[in-house]
Amino acid sequence: MQPILEVHDIHKSFGPVQALRGVQLSLMPGEVHALMGENGAGKSTLMNILSGVFPPDQGRIHFKGRDIILSDPAKAQAHGIGLVHQEIALCPDISVAENILMAATNARTSFLMNDRELRERAKKVLADLMPIPVDEKVGNLPIASQQIVEIAKALTLDCDVLIFDEPTAALTDSEAEALFRIIADLKARNIGIIYISHRMAEIFAISDRITVFRDGTFIDTLMTEDTSPDEVATKMVGREILHQFPAKNPDLKGGMSSVMSVRELSDDGFLKDISFDLREGEVLGLGGLIGAGRSELAHAICGLSRKTTGSVAMRGKPLNIESYAESIRNGLVYLSEDRKGSGVFLDLSIAANITALDLRHVSSKGFVLQREEEKRAEELGRLLSLRCAHVSQPVSALSGGNQQKVAIAKMLSVHPDIIIFDEPTRGVDVGAKSEIYTILRNLASKGVGVLVISSEMPELIGLCDRIIVLHEGRVAGEVEDENMTEEKIMKLASGLSRQNAVVKERELAS
Amino acid sequence: MTSVKALKPETKTKNETQNAEATQLNKGVQNRMLGIFKAREAGLVAIILIICIAMSFASPYFLTWQNFRAMLLSFSIEGIVVVGMTILLIVGGIDLSVGSVVCLAMVIGGKLFLMGMDPWSASLIAILACGFIGFLMGQCVTRIGLHFFIVSLAFMVIARGLSLLITKGTPQSLFTLPPSFKFIGQGDIAGMPFVIILFFALVVFFDLLLRHSTIFRKVYYTGSNEKAALFSGIKTKRIKILCATLCGLLSGVAGVVYMARFGAATPQFGIGMELSVIAAAVIGGASLNGGSGTIFGAVLGAALLSLVTSSLILLDVPVYWQDIIRGLILLVAVSADHLLNRRKRSASAKS
Repeated sequence: MQPILEVHDIHKSFGPVQALRGVQLSLMPGEVHALMGENGAGKSTLMNILSGVFPPDQGRIHFKGRDIILSDPAKAQAHGIGLVHQEIALCPDISVAENILMAATNARTSFLMNDRELRERAKKVLADLMPIPVDEKVGNLPIASQQIVEIAKALTLDCDVLIFDEPTAALTDSEAEALFRIIADLKARNIGIIYISHRMAEIFAISDRITVFRDGTFIDTLMTEDTSPDEVATKMVGREILHQFPAKNPDLKGGMSSVMSVRELSDDGFLKDISFDLREGEVLGLGGLIGAGRSELAHAICGLSRKTTGSVAMRGKPLNIESYAESIRNGLVYLSEDRKGSGVFLDLSIAANITALDLRHVSSKGFVLQREEEKRAEELGRLLSLRCAHVSQPVSALSGGNQQKVAIAKMLSVHPDIIIFDEPTRGVDVGAKSEIYTILRNLASKGVGVLVISSEMPELIGLCDRIIVLHEGRVAGEVEDENMTEEKIMKLASGLSRQNAVVKERELAS
Repeated sequence: MTSVKALKPETKTKNETQNAEATQLNKGVQNRMLGIFKAREAGLVAIILIICIAMSFASPYFLTWQNFRAMLLSFSIEGIVVVGMTILLIVGGIDLSVGSVVCLAMVIGGKLFLMGMDPWSASLIAILACGFIGFLMGQCVTRIGLHFFIVSLAFMVIARGLSLLITKGTPQSLFTLPPSFKFIGQGDIAGMPFVIILFFALVVFFDLLLRHSTIFRKVYYTGSNEKAALFSGIKTKRIKILCATLCGLLSGVAGVVYMARFGAATPQFGIGMELSVIAAAVIGGASLNGGSGTIFGAVLGAALLSLVTSSLILLDVPVYWQDIIRGLILLVAVSADHLLNRRKRSASAKS
């Protein structure tokens, strides 16, 4: 069988930065080919080249038996190469149906729209995926549904090659399952699929071959059945990763005192009677499906949104927090799930980011002392083994993992007692992930209360000592020790079983 | 509106039980669609009606044809500019130069006429010149990558300078314009001023285009998320240039109509017009972030502002208060919309 798509010796540089130095890739029809590499390895650059966003400096793209030049996205789509974007690229003010069929609308030759046909076609595409109302504006949908719309959009293109760039980053496991079924279906229709993801488990579940890039160079292409996650990870980072997760805290059983206790917390209409304790020295996980209210709970605890009833106490002392500023003053900080949106100031320097929460320590009489600021940033950067040329670099120059470290350093600059991490490793590569896990564990063992929200179940299970699972704004239960299995958590998260009794007992005891 | 029509036949084709379910479901969708889509327009109509009813009690002159005619006249010509501005706002742009460009059209048309050209050709050239200014602004935005705000600020000053240069700073009297041309600005058809007819014809034309044509759908896509539009193969730069050109052309049309109406061309005309035009479009639901807005809504916004102004005059409110009140209306309208939207969003995000 002939490959449907081959790229040879592709080079691309952006100014002084060499993003790709002669990479290669070949894709068979009906193959799921995983592309792996740390952030900055050049995966997204190659995908942008293949989808016509920018041209390569050098190299050949051989598609269906001949060399092609992809000058713009429309050209790539016309050839039959479609891309599902990593970052959602949808029009928020426009209906779901129109978003899904935007390319088709653009290709229409007739002067007038046919809204009825548009809706019918959109419904048909969505029928295989998820029941999303096609007339709803995309901006009103939750992120997971938006991701589905993004996928549906790519499916409407009549493609021979479909590229998925981290499609599951915002999906829960059950939604990801639905996506995998669709991918299997596409495969059966002989469509070649390039699949980019940081999640090792799903790569091994769905791919046929794996190609690894590192620092803009091609490392290897492996048959999935002949390799192991460890081998792939080693090739990705160029060194062996020994333990992905740091050891858990062995002497946690029961007796430890509570750092933070939340009691019967509700907000207007969604969160209902949430009670739990965060104990000293533990890493506590907060699990559940997207939309279960995990982030909302975090927001309510630290004053980013209003709670109607309930109380939060820190080391036994009740906290009355009206705003996030007060929360920070009380030593309770929150790391946003949306790193680029609200976690860091991308255009500002690393130093300015790290000291943003606590300008008083690095300023005098209202003026920021740059030297103090940089010194402070360097200290914290060293603590987290932040890799950067200098702390005066803008954060946008860093890789995802290092950006996240900047965000964490920003939190640490105020010496918090409790940190809530919302999706701390989203869009972060394997090497940096394990470093972040170590950072969280070290914080916990120093007595900082660590609460972690994550959609990746293996991450919660590997990292946390205990996991509270939410379902539709309520605590569905908690798991610990040998009960920490994906199956148990899934049952709770989907509302199949409830452990109210356990929660009640705990309340009575405290 | 279209959704209502399109959904009905579809429910009939299904069998009885499905039918009932489907209609219910569709009704829900319809209601929501109508709710989101119509909220702004319906709200404006309601406010306009309330003010009309209140005013009819407050002033005996309000409910007269003369008064309504005067009100319609007062926003019809500026309304043509509002149409262009709304299109540009939808694509995510803004044009601060409209007041100066309107004036430039007037001055170019007047100058060419005084130099001996027939007024129709002179007007056509004036309109095309304004379209060209819009085109240039679009080029600056898409080629150099500047923001519409800055580019149009520069062109606002340039166009004003050109007007002063052409007229050497003095008003031109155009009383020799032929009656057939003056008819555009001063004539009536069956008691209805031609200006008003022209305005409503343009409104209906562009409103239909924006709702139903593929090309204007691309305007919404580009304004809502340029990257998404680009990835769908839409030539977003071309769309932006088109909108800027259209806004310039419509400003030119308004300038020519003003010229026919006043029979004069003054180089100081139209100062501050951009603000009331943008205010009308924004009150009517256009967003400065692009991606939303309708012509119908913008016209209602313009009507509301004009209604308030003339009501204040009828009520003998001191002239100094009028600007303050109009500013407050803008603030209230936009805040109300923003707050309503935020609630809607957070509600649906949770469900």
